[in-house]
Amino acid sequence: MKMTGAQALVKSLELEGVEVVFGYPGGVMLPIYDVLIDSKIRHILTRHEQGAAHAADGYARATGKVGVCMATSGPGATNLVTGIATAHMDSQPIIAITGQVATHMIGTDAFQEADTTGITLPIVKHNYLLKDPREIPYVIQEAFLIASTGRRGPVLIDVPVDVSRGTLDFKYPEKRTSLPGYKPTTKGHSRQIKEAAKLILKATRPVIYTGGGVIASGASAELATLAKMLDIPVTTTLMGKGAFPETHRLSLGMLGMHGTSYANYVMMKTDLIIAVGARFDDRITGRLDTFAPHARVIHIDIDPAEIGKNVAVDVPIVGDAKLILKELVAALKGSSSVAERPDIRPWLKQIDEWKKEYPLVIPSDGLKPQFVIDTIYRVTKGKALVVTDVGQHQMWTAQFYKISKPRQFISSGGLGTMGFGLPAAIGAKIGRPKDRVIHIAGDGSFQMTVQELATAVLNNVSITMAVINNGYLGMVRQWQELFYNKRYAHTCLRRGESPDFVKLAEAYCAKGIRVTEPDEVEPALLRAMREEGPFLIDFVVDSEENVFPMVAPGASLDDMIGGK
Amino acid sequence: MKHTLSVLVENKPGVLARVAGLFSRRGFNIDSLAVGVTERDDVSRITVVVDVEEHSLEQVYKQLNKLINVLKVIDLPPDGSVIRELVLIKVKADAKSRAEIIEIVDIFRGKIVDVGKDTLTIEVTGTGTKLRAFEDLMKSYGIVELVRTGMVALPRG
Repeated sequence: MKMTGAQALVKSLELEGVEVVFGYPGGVMLPIYDVLIDSKIRHILTRHEQGAAHAADGYARATGKVGVCMATSGPGATNLVTGIATAHMDSQPIIAITGQVATHMIGTDAFQEADTTGITLPIVKHNYLLKDPREIPYVIQEAFLIASTGRRGPVLIDVPVDVSRGTLDFKYPEKRTSLPGYKPTTKGHSRQIKEAAKLILKATRPVIYTGGGVIASGASAELATLAKMLDIPVTTTLMGKGAFPETHRLSLGMLGMHGTSYANYVMMKTDLIIAVGARFDDRITGRLDTFAPHARVIHIDIDPAEIGKNVAVDVPIVGDAKLILKELVAALKGSSSVAERPDIRPWLKQIDEWKKEYPLVIPSDGLKPQFVIDTIYRVTKGKALVVTDVGQHQMWTAQFYKISKPRQFISSGGLGTMGFGLPAAIGAKIGRPKDRVIHIAGDGSFQMTVQELATAVLNNVSITMAVINNGYLGMVRQWQELFYNKRYAHTCLRRGESPDFVKLAEAYCAKGIRVTEPDEVEPALLRAMREEGPFLIDFVVDSEENVFPMVAPGASLDDMIGGK
Repeated sequence: MKHTLSVLVENKPGVLARVAGLFSRRGFNIDSLAVGVTERDDVSRITVVVDVEEHSLEQVYKQLNKLINVLKVIDLPPDGSVIRELVLIKVKADAKSRAEIIEIVDIFRGKIVDVGKDTLTIEVTGTGTKLRAFEDLMKSYGIVELVRTGMVALPRG
């Protein structure tokens, strides 16, 4: 069928099952937008391209589907960069479609020209610069394949305006599962799986350490089977929250820089780490040469490059976590040495003692951020889809909002992008309209993408925005307090009444209330639960509260400040 | 430690930038890099010499394999491969030194490819050590300009 490049592009997106795109139009995108207006695909107009990228990312994290965003050439594309980098660091499947100046103008410094594929090269899984409309169906199909398989990640497609305007004979290619240079391994090596089973049955102090890979793979049920079958405690990274129910007795919560003391002690004393879909990031290991000194390591990951990158591994298993865990459980069940497994009860008893001795503490004087988050947890019965920004509030949420299901907690982990929260929450709510979505923000993060309030209001996106307002760039202030002699250089964000977040919400025709006393917290949240449309609560909390425990950067994991 | 990697890539625009970008981004030092066509129109070969430890070599290898346009990465062992490089040297040569230089060029099985009023331009092929030895000998006559292609290699057999 004869059609224009723009029609082919939109048609291809429809054929890939895209239901919604987040974007912002501009000159060279007009041919595509002119087709999009007649498509069944819903377009959500954000107020900044960064918002579009984060919204597509939030949508992807909430649904497991590929999120799509669009922007025009030049500044439109550069504004996507933060969002693409965020998705890249957290291995999220998004597709960014950018407009580009006409092919004959490329390289001439034309109006709104930027080398988008060059700029995004280090922060995408792959990208394309189209030269011919006939490439469109193939490239769109490839992009979805690459973004959504293997270790997931962002793919960008740069579309020159003459390619959109040109014509082609449209035929969508046959489904492919690999490309000449792209054949992700999914099935684990069976001998290695048997080897892993042997180590697991010999360990006296095992621990499962999981990350976002378990959620990407949909392996939570298999993980739970493994843990419960052999009573192995589970700790997760920030990205792994929800991989294993944090309400379960075997859960140790999050580990690392602001993890629980007991999770960190477990890592330092364990004799076997079963790492699943996690990458031994510096925020997890602390000082690398003192990390987990007694441990042998089984590392299950879809990306072979992660295995042995930071930590030496005894049993590497490359592949999809769900498939591997299934086989591992089968191997353990069929093993004759189950009966000879050493008694791990002393280990579990030791962990229980650590849990009792070093619990996470909610301070009680004044309006404390930890108390606010704990109350949000109680009022929402632990069932809300929680989206955070980046900073202290993010770590308190990780500590105090116990997550029980995969895709119930959404946060920018690897890149640590302030401003991620609001647009990601909008994307998440659009992807899962029936779920209650709570966006927990800091006052600094919130102001970075605050313009997306307009997007939420105009699309009637019912999210609760809980701004944990301490008037500071809190996490940076905490570092200044601890490591820079309390010299608070440029971290104070408030002066007098400014900014007034309630008025800000009202300016966008959203509702908002302010909370300054502990006894107002619960009623405010109960009201927010009843409200339609975006609703903001400005929690004016203690301005100098710190996140503890804390492993100082470069310190050993068991060397915690405020945690013992 | 130096390693010679042969990277087969799809012959598409921007692929060299992807490979080179990966090296700089991840802090791997490139000693030399040569790109050219292969027996297949749609495939190019990038021969790259990296100076890394064993652990980093594994990372280089794995990260290269993650690039969608990379088809195959081969670590070429020095004793199991044919490795060659070409150098062009323009060296000062007056009536007195000319004969002496030509004699050295013969020993190295090089070629005089251009003769100027006061210079000779010489082409020599070989391994890195051979070219360095030749270059050292030419220094005493005065090297005016020099260019090396970078290593290219194929596995033996």
